[in-house]
Amino acid sequence: MSLDATIGSLKAEISAAVAAAADEGAIEAVRVAALGKKGSVSALLASLGSMAPDERKTAGATINALKTEVTALIEAKASVLKRAALDARLAAERVDVTLPVRAPATAEGRIHPISQVIDEITAIFSDMGFSIAEGPDIETDWYNFTALNFPEGHPAREMHDTFFMAPSPDGVKRVLRTHTSPVQVRTMLKSNEKPEAAYLTPAIDPPIRVVMPGRTYRHDSDQTHTPMFHQVEGLVIDKQSHIGQLRWVLEEFLKAFFEVEAVTLRFRPSFFPFTEPSMEVDVQCDRSGAEVKIGEGTDWLEILGCGMVHPNVLRNCGLDPDVYQGFAWGMGIDRLAMLKYGMNDLRAFFDADKRWLDHYGFRPLDLPTLFGGLSS
Amino acid sequence: MKFTLEWLKDHLDTSLSPDEIGKALTMIGLEVESIEDQGAALQSFVVGHVVSADKHPNADKLRVCKVDAGTGELIDVVCGAPNARTGLKTVFAFPGTFIPGTDFTLTKGNIRGAASNGMLCSARELLLSDDHSGIIELADDAPIGARYVDVAGINGVVFDISLTPNRGDAAGVYGIARDLAAFGAGTLKAFSVPEQVSTGGKGSIPVDLRFGADEPKVCRMFSGRLITGVKNGPSPEWLQTRLRAVGLRPISALVDITNLISLDRARPLHVYDADKLTGGIHARMATPGETVLALDGKTYTLDPSICVIADDAKALGIAGIIGGEPSGCTDETVNVFVESAWFEPDGIAAAGRKLGIVSDARYRFERTVDPESVLPGLEMATWLITMLCGGVVHVPEVAGHVASPRTVIDFPLAEVARLTGLQTPASEIEAILKRLGFALDGTGDRRRVTVPSWRPDVTMKADLAEEIMRMVGVDNVPKEPLPRLHHVAPRMLTTLQNRRRLARRVLAARGLDEAVTWSFISAAEAEQFGGGSADLKLANPIASELTDMRPSLLPGLLGAAQRNTNRGFADLKLFEVGQVFLSLSPSGQHSHASGLRMGGSRHWQGTDTVSVFDAKADLAALLDVLGHDIDKLQLVAEPARWSHPGRGGRVQLGPKTIIGWFGEIHPDLLAAYDLPGPVAAFELDLDALPEPRRKPTRAKTALKLSDLMPLSRDFAFLVDRDVEAAAVLKAARGADKALVSSAEVFDLFDGKGIPEGKKSIAIAVGLQPTDHTLTDEEIDRVSAAIIAAVGKATGGVLRA
Repeated sequence: MSLDATIGSLKAEISAAVAAAADEGAIEAVRVAALGKKGSVSALLASLGSMAPDERKTAGATINALKTEVTALIEAKASVLKRAALDARLAAERVDVTLPVRAPATAEGRIHPISQVIDEITAIFSDMGFSIAEGPDIETDWYNFTALNFPEGHPAREMHDTFFMAPSPDGVKRVLRTHTSPVQVRTMLKSNEKPEAAYLTPAIDPPIRVVMPGRTYRHDSDQTHTPMFHQVEGLVIDKQSHIGQLRWVLEEFLKAFFEVEAVTLRFRPSFFPFTEPSMEVDVQCDRSGAEVKIGEGTDWLEILGCGMVHPNVLRNCGLDPDVYQGFAWGMGIDRLAMLKYGMNDLRAFFDADKRWLDHYGFRPLDLPTLFGGLSS
Repeated sequence: MKFTLEWLKDHLDTSLSPDEIGKALTMIGLEVESIEDQGAALQSFVVGHVVSADKHPNADKLRVCKVDAGTGELIDVVCGAPNARTGLKTVFAFPGTFIPGTDFTLTKGNIRGAASNGMLCSARELLLSDDHSGIIELADDAPIGARYVDVAGINGVVFDISLTPNRGDAAGVYGIARDLAAFGAGTLKAFSVPEQVSTGGKGSIPVDLRFGADEPKVCRMFSGRLITGVKNGPSPEWLQTRLRAVGLRPISALVDITNLISLDRARPLHVYDADKLTGGIHARMATPGETVLALDGKTYTLDPSICVIADDAKALGIAGIIGGEPSGCTDETVNVFVESAWFEPDGIAAAGRKLGIVSDARYRFERTVDPESVLPGLEMATWLITMLCGGVVHVPEVAGHVASPRTVIDFPLAEVARLTGLQTPASEIEAILKRLGFALDGTGDRRRVTVPSWRPDVTMKADLAEEIMRMVGVDNVPKEPLPRLHHVAPRMLTTLQNRRRLARRVLAARGLDEAVTWSFISAAEAEQFGGGSADLKLANPIASELTDMRPSLLPGLLGAAQRNTNRGFADLKLFEVGQVFLSLSPSGQHSHASGLRMGGSRHWQGTDTVSVFDAKADLAALLDVLGHDIDKLQLVAEPARWSHPGRGGRVQLGPKTIIGWFGEIHPDLLAAYDLPGPVAAFELDLDALPEPRRKPTRAKTALKLSDLMPLSRDFAFLVDRDVEAAAVLKAARGADKALVSSAEVFDLFDGKGIPEGKKSIAIAVGLQPTDHTLTDEEIDRVSAAIIAAVGKATGGVLRA
């Protein structure tokens, strides 16, 4: 058989094998049978060695052409088969992407509105140079009342619906603090002793600028009162602070807190034993709709009490009222939260209903700051 | 306190509108609760004549009335009032009328089978008083069909103000007018009572104060006067109308006069039927168990802390609070004894509180009644009684004396500017104080200011500054910015405050919802969580399940879990950061961060149930954000008392510095809270964590990085079942501190092929070469060291 005939039949044979190869394994077998060390094309190439030089020249070209052609043929088919195999694998790996994902154990929880509002208040007052002071929830009668100029037996004490602690062996009368104002006393009254607990911030010399958030308690429970609630108290003591500055501080605070361009406040003379003069403050708002809108409307809503620290309180705290003066205010944190965020039932704050927390709570990274905004 | 515009205008010449007066009242500290145009709301109510009242065929307590309301036809009305009777003139409302007291608009109806085309009204339904005992009874000559407001003279504007405890002077219309006049809202009208000359000589009823040396002198001054031969009966229409408009029920001329003076002058009085008295009258403390049948129809049992007014036989009434029924005046009274006294505010407040009696007298006495009003009040009452009821006036009897403080204050005028920032000229300060009744003398920058008898609340210069500010208006105080700090604000939060804030954020980020629960819990709960001591109980809890200060946050969270579960939400993750109470002293108050997880989700990739390790993971994450690595703290298998004994642990710095607990809630507690298990919980005592050490520099230690690849070798040890994984890991980590960089458990097995009482712990140990690539011999050597160390520490052997 002539070389050409041999090549022709080999080519046909390989072409048929390539065409018949159904998967990557089969085409690899075809490649080995043709181009492997012992393959048919390789054998033909090896036969060149026994040829005469002239013959070798022409036969070499022919055989090499065959090799090139066969290689291309096999590679083309291998490539097709490889793609087909991948397609088949991908098809097999198909999943139903509409299946719900598993909620991770760390799906976000919510921050309680009270905590969020305390952080908001803190952010605002930090800009005005205030620090935070704290006191105990179980207070002595002296800190809660006497030092704050509530005389023994005075009807003003009764306005507070006080929770009393059971009589204690040391004979000291203790109450659950009815307001955060005893922290004022703890902030002003210098003592030689180190505070007995880490959370009790030591008393400081004037000038004083502190805010005092915390839990407070009154023996009262109905739609708008809970036996436990939260207040934030503010105190400024130096040698010249007066009601003009108090008005400014409260107006700026409320503007920043409610995130409105302007608030209109109404200061009404009132009475508290620990301030003189004393005032209650109403904020102008619109109560016509389901939620209260601060900064518009024609209604008034009482929002806080304030005044100049009573000379007797300054005296009780070791400060000379003819030298030092200042103002204080107190407001309900829960109430501020309700006004800003539209909750209508105070009792729900303390019920820990998951649905309420998820609805009214805040995302963990909603950090109130002045540079990033109080609320998103 | 209520009063009408008309009444106010008796004392105040003003052209201001009711709204303007209301605004002025609020601005001077007499906060307006409401301004009501009484006539306006009641325009459509008319006089109706009950022509017949028959029993309802289907209801025993109802009557079917035929009412003539002046329309020319009789109207059927079903009425349940006991006094709905034939011939009565009463108040009728047509269908379509808004009934203010019940807050609805009347429609035609059918009541148990009888048509009802209108309504006969009680005083409460018209918001005139609290009286709902029957429908209003009008005089027989009231014109049928006429507007009720015209007949009853209800056409006034009624102000209701709320008084602070210091303003007894404003508990009368005259005092309110005085304040308004000082504010510039009008001119105070002059008013004087003509002197009452006694024509009857000395009376037959002596008065006396009888207090022991050790008793509080609740009554300081008692005066009274006998008026004989009076003719009592209904008071004149103007007086009845005036009282009715402010919600008082007219009784009789004598009683109405005392009420009028109480409301007008803030000067409570009392009238006794002199013929019902035995001997003289005196004030004394009650004897134990003494009873008084009061004018409200109730019998009060008294004790020696309560002052009474008594005759020689018995207590007549409760001093300064309420009179007694048996000695009261009736239409038959001919001889009346009028009382005008002064009582200690604190004593009256305490007694009123103890007895739970709210009265106009108590309202005034506990706010301090003008001590100089005792005799003028008696004079005014005498004047009105003789004017309306006639009679012969006897000489007043007086016991005791109450001194008006008439405080004199050395007042630097600059105090106004110092405290308020107001720059009020001296002349204006003087004018305001004079209008308020203060007397001034002195010149220059100080005044000596004498306080009027009706303002005992004013005792010092700050009070005077308030008076000026009140009258100038707080809104006129110029706002002034608080000076800015001259430096960047220092850190605002303490370490503990910051820890609480971080704890909240990290726990929320881990999927827990923040709860805020009561600081007080039930005694049973407190005991279950290690509290419940006698001194941490409330003397007056608000509810039987809120009696003890909480020793732990978990009871509150478990209670919340129970409520949520009962609502159908049992898949819960909750935390609280708050205070717990370990003792009475401030140092006994600690901040805890605690949380729980329960439930879990069923999912097509597998179902989650919570376990102790969820709680441990939460605690570890919490500690991490606070700067502590849980693996570097002591972790001991000493569960909290609330924990499953075999599924809980404790984290501590040392045996005496316990900082936290984690575990699954004990099945007994799960049963107590009616919760399906398991519930995983943790507690962290934020106060127990040490303060971070202050370092001289904020620079971190230099970072050393190796260029050499780390490698990992796995070991499986067979150990006794009670060997702790931590012991295995600790031994492995310590086997070659230079080379071993980590050790983690990757498998735990105690099934088939493991001998009874044993378990297999497989750990992966990371090796980090520092200066050269490890040779096989070196790796073998460290492996042997690890096996030896684990064996020595735990008795574990390498699994074949």
